[in-house]
Amino acid sequence: MTKRIVALLAVLMLVGAACASEDAETTTTTTADATMEDTVEVFSWWTGGGEAAGLDAMIVVFGGDYPNITFENSAVAGGAGTNARAVLATRLQANEPPDSWQGHAGQELIGTYVAADQIEPLNFLYDEENWLDVMPETLIPLISKDGNIYSVPVNIHRANVLWTNPTVLSDNNIEVPTTMDEWFAALDALQAAGMDAPLAMGEQWTAMHLLETVMLGTMGYEAYNALWDGNGDWSSAEVTEALNNYDKLLTYTNTDSSALSWQDAGQLVIDGDAAFNVMGDWAEGFFREIGSEPNVGYGWAPTPGTNGIFQFLSDSFVLAKNAPHRDAAIAWLKVAGSLAGQDAFNPVKGSIPARSDGDRSLYGVYLQSAMDDWASDDVAGSLTHGVVANDSWKSEIDSALGAFLNSRDVAAFQAALVAAEGANA
Amino acid sequence: MSLTETGNAVVTGPRRKRFRIQKDKALGLALVSPSIIALLIFVYGFIAWSGRVSVSAWKGLLPDYTWVGLDNYKNLFADPRFHIDVRNTVIFTVVFVLGCLIIGLGLALLLDQGLKGEGFFRSLFLFPMAISFIVTGVVWRWLMNPAAGDRTSGLNLIFESLGLDFLVNSWQATPNWGMAFIAIPAIWQMSGYTMALYLAGLRSIPEELKEAARVDGATEVQIYRRVMLPQLRPVTLTALIILGHISLKVFDLIIAVAGKQYALDVPAIYMWQTTFDGFFFGRGAAIGILLLLSVGVLVIPYLWYTQRQERGT
Repeated sequence: MTKRIVALLAVLMLVGAACASEDAETTTTTTADATMEDTVEVFSWWTGGGEAAGLDAMIVVFGGDYPNITFENSAVAGGAGTNARAVLATRLQANEPPDSWQGHAGQELIGTYVAADQIEPLNFLYDEENWLDVMPETLIPLISKDGNIYSVPVNIHRANVLWTNPTVLSDNNIEVPTTMDEWFAALDALQAAGMDAPLAMGEQWTAMHLLETVMLGTMGYEAYNALWDGNGDWSSAEVTEALNNYDKLLTYTNTDSSALSWQDAGQLVIDGDAAFNVMGDWAEGFFREIGSEPNVGYGWAPTPGTNGIFQFLSDSFVLAKNAPHRDAAIAWLKVAGSLAGQDAFNPVKGSIPARSDGDRSLYGVYLQSAMDDWASDDVAGSLTHGVVANDSWKSEIDSALGAFLNSRDVAAFQAALVAAEGANA
Repeated sequence: MSLTETGNAVVTGPRRKRFRIQKDKALGLALVSPSIIALLIFVYGFIAWSGRVSVSAWKGLLPDYTWVGLDNYKNLFADPRFHIDVRNTVIFTVVFVLGCLIIGLGLALLLDQGLKGEGFFRSLFLFPMAISFIVTGVVWRWLMNPAAGDRTSGLNLIFESLGLDFLVNSWQATPNWGMAFIAIPAIWQMSGYTMALYLAGLRSIPEELKEAARVDGATEVQIYRRVMLPQLRPVTLTALIILGHISLKVFDLIIAVAGKQYALDVPAIYMWQTTFDGFFFGRGAAIGILLLLSVGVLVIPYLWYTQRQERGT
């Protein structure tokens, strides 16, 4: 019996040793890889649709420029990036960073990864590649901290777009509203004409998207920006006015909004069940997909009060500190910021290039108008999509907004927003 | 190892036997030790780690083990969102557990009547349990569509076309009580399982008891009330514990039916969102520990009770 136990323990030890030696082997391979400058691991949540196709198109450009560097596509699917970010957090805590990863440009990246000292400033690359000359001046502060630029924006989406149904508007003799008051008048007229919910809205994050555009439209460019860079006052009367406008707008929305995705809400406008929807310009790709024609099935304008302001969000790539293949990662970032790379990615993804010198002929009629605005407008950042607030701050605002959507208590909402700013510390 | 061989054997027998047992124990211990070690690390070790994080100031990507005492817990108890979570969990648990127990017992009593095709119906009622909560959630998301007017669909459309307009409602979008409707898919999924538990309980009641009661002149209703149901008490307790801990931890079903929204928030969703969307690791760990404690309050007395029962017999 004793012999048997000994034998068993011996077997167990062997198994253990085998596992251990396997580990050792894997480690050796990884270190060996690290010394060879011919691989770059890029992490993203682009696993489907136009995003994945756009990434593939950009990888083709990369392969042409750097034929000796193998591109390792580490995309993680699911949850609009939530899953990928959880995986990335785990890898960073284990000190195994990918060379470069995707993130929303702005505070979402800076608040999380710069604060944790995980990414490198890229000013040298901007200088080398002369990107400062081709990207809007007002964009740079929004993707920098203390003068350091931390990511390379690949694409630009616009958040402050008011999508309209041209037929519904002309049938009711309504002009596209340009101010909040005109908008309320239009909504009242539509309700009087028997449309219960002329403004389509979806689940909670689309409510936050509407909120940020209303705040920008009510408060204006300067005051809105000040709220995020610490120079603004969340308890001010301007914020109260914006929140009251928002509260009023919600009375024109569909009652089943919490059960609708952003596509469902957009569909309401296309089908003529609603006249307006506020959504980022990825909605345009969806409208085309379901067979609607620009300027016939849907129209667009800056959300009321935001004419001349481009509220943007952007997917961008970073350079990991201690990147296992630093030179290859820089090569990737050069392609991501290049004209060829951006003109390969964006027409497929349905967004505009972050550079203002993109080839217009590659883009559709809506995107061309967005490119014109991008080159001339003042650039403000989106809250919902990670530009102006870091994740902690945003998630506290999200809780406050959730409570407000149920209670509709403007004073309590404003108090919660004031408290939420504390999460920015 | 017979004790009747010789007088000698009677003396040495027990000693050798004890030795044998020790050897068996050692072998057994060696065999289970890998899983014990894994369990110690991956369950209890991580619980302890979560406990440590829950009393730390960790916010952001970098671990920060600064001791903050029970601040995270105190903040949670003052957090309006956590109040909503607790309220929602209570509503969900009450509706879900009661619904499952009542429907499960009803189905079990019906099936126990010895009707034809019992096996078929048993499988039919049990079948939803084979599906994951995510699938159930997606299907019921379509069924419980709260849209009105032209866009009415799902159950509401069925009710309308049957002329049962009074049943049309806004389901999980109902203000304040939406959580009760989320329990419906959960009941649909788990009542078959509860039925199986009850059916096993019913089948284990000896026929003699019923017959004795009949001989004593009891009516069928009396037999069920006075003879059968009291015998089912342990089954009810088991079902209560199993269903109760499922409902305290509910996460996937709500995500599938309603996504992340404040009105239908529960502690598990808050924990996920605050940890991975907001990087409040300390707060997330505190919610996790509170969840564990709430399940523990339910399960530990039960484990203790059954262990005492088993030792008694």
